Amino acid sequence: MKILVTTKRVTDPGTKIKLKADGSGIAADGVEFKPNPFCENAIEAAISLRDQHGGEVIVVSIGPDEADQTIRSAVAMGCNRAIRIDGNDGGLDGDLVARALAKLAESEQPDVFILGKQAVDGDSNQVGQLMAEYLGWPQATFASAITVTNGGKSAQVAREVDGGIETVEVDFPAVITADLRLNEPRFASLPNIMKAKRTAIEVKTLADLGVETTLKVRTTRFEAPPGRQAGKKVADVADLVQKLRNEAKVL
Amino acid sequence: MKRPTAFLDVQLDATELALRQNARRFAETVIAPNAHEWEEAEYFPDSLFRTAAKAGLLGVGFPEHLGGQGGTVMHQMMVTEGFIHGGTTGVMAGLGSLGIALPPILAGGSDDHVSRFIRPTLAGETIAALAITEPGAGSDVAGVRTRAVKDGTDYRISGSKLFITSGCRADFVTVLCRTSDDPHGGLTFFVVEKGMAGFSVSKHLQKTGWRASDTAELAFDEVRVPERNRVGAPGSAFLTLMKTFQAERLALAAMGHASAEFLLEAAAAYARERKAFGKVLTGHQVIRHRLAEMATQVAAAKAMNYAVGRRVALGDYLVAEVSMAKNFASDVATRIAYDAVQILGGMGYMRESAVERIARDVRLLPIGGGTTEIMNEIIGKTLGI
Repeated sequence: MKILVTTKRVTDPGTKIKLKADGSGIAADGVEFKPNPFCENAIEAAISLRDQHGGEVIVVSIGPDEADQTIRSAVAMGCNRAIRIDGNDGGLDGDLVARALAKLAESEQPDVFILGKQAVDGDSNQVGQLMAEYLGWPQATFASAITVTNGGKSAQVAREVDGGIETVEVDFPAVITADLRLNEPRFASLPNIMKAKRTAIEVKTLADLGVETTLKVRTTRFEAPPGRQAGKKVADVADLVQKLRNEAKVL
Repeated sequence: MKRPTAFLDVQLDATELALRQNARRFAETVIAPNAHEWEEAEYFPDSLFRTAAKAGLLGVGFPEHLGGQGGTVMHQMMVTEGFIHGGTTGVMAGLGSLGIALPPILAGGSDDHVSRFIRPTLAGETIAALAITEPGAGSDVAGVRTRAVKDGTDYRISGSKLFITSGCRADFVTVLCRTSDDPHGGLTFFVVEKGMAGFSVSKHLQKTGWRASDTAELAFDEVRVPERNRVGAPGSAFLTLMKTFQAERLALAAMGHASAEFLLEAAAAYARERKAFGKVLTGHQVIRHRLAEMATQVAAAKAMNYAVGRRVALGDYLVAEVSMAKNFASDVATRIAYDAVQILGGMGYMRESAVERIARDVRLLPIGGGTTEIMNEIIGKTLGI
């Protein structure tokens, strides 16, 4: 099985981010980056599928030079090859990323392309879906379990949807996006981290892939959400019902 | 607050940074959710040794060809910096007992010992402890009374050992014994295994901090140990021991700066949220200045540890410098523990708070691996003061 898998460096979700004073973006000063957690689930899934069924895993990321560290951490987990598509967050949107990855998929021809269901920075949750559409491949998003079926020609995917688990079957080549409960991403060992440091990362440009770089999404301004209001304490159930009816007007 | 030690990260290579991130993720997902329970129970499950080994975090600093993860003392520091985010030093200390128990065996250089003791321990399958201290002897090992007497092809060991980390659950203990009356030249290490007749845990000791780590008093009553469990030649322990002390002291120094930084971050986060007299604590100059001083101390301790660690990683044998680093970092940690608790006020005195726990834990740092006073003696002697 040949598997393509993505990774993305995101601002550490554990740190409080600050906006630039002019609202043009997030202040990068002093911000720490980590691999997107959903991407780590995708990588773990790709590696364990390869370990069960043979083949290779190619990790790809779109980003600047600094993204190499994130790519190397995927290699340290066990990916065989690494590709970085050179790009900067400012010049990208989900649609362009999807088109670039689709082009890469056309040239690499994997059996399956696994992505995180979304990145925890922008939380757009679009790339996997858009890419599947551009490629004309079946998609199974929010996967919480993947079982390869039909002698490696398709997969049964359990999807986490509102109210339960939906199971779908997709023929390869297919796009799968990973949810958090899909697996527990492994820890890369120090010897593997050392090896990953020496792994060559193939760098491609958007031009190499022949992708039109016009963006569909234009960011006008970033704003912090309004501060949360303090809650109210109610005396009893009657008081609660009265407040829900008359103040919140939800009853 | 920006990290006051971010400027030191440029000294770290990509493998060190990646390992630190891994260790932190492990600590936050595997240790932190259980920290309170394990600390209260004065225990953590044996299976954690295997889990940590599987995550590649147990054998860092030990050669790959012997089942370790490779890397240097700098990589070990990264594991310490990551592990502190588990919110307990006790678990880290317990998992780390092999870091002092295996080096003497490794120095002995026996293939038999590698396959019976080193490999399974680095794989998390067996648990190792080091036993030096006795009721009447600590860093002054010339006072060691536990005696190993030759008896045919075996040795008979008698005596007792105190404050032994992981001693209650250890599958084997690297025991410092006296094989002749020569104060330093008469010391030899033996590996005493669980189940050997006459070897017993006389007490599970209760401590101020490091509560999740088991600490034992061990009794040896005419324990018959085969000669093949002797480490190296008779009388060879002293030099090995001095090197093991170096590693232990640097590990404690790292625990010092890592604990101090953890406490500083927790105190700063609290001070930004907690209000007093109509403004957050950081709105009061007295608290801002205290945090500024804490940040300065943390940065200095960490810089010193990195400087010494980097030289040790390259193979330098730095006796005075390691002792200085340990003293400085443990002083900083002690002071910052006081300050952090002070900033948290009542919250800092509550058992549920990680600050309360780490603040108790750091009290060990100026004591373990040789007290501050012993370190000062060593520094004085080495520098020719």
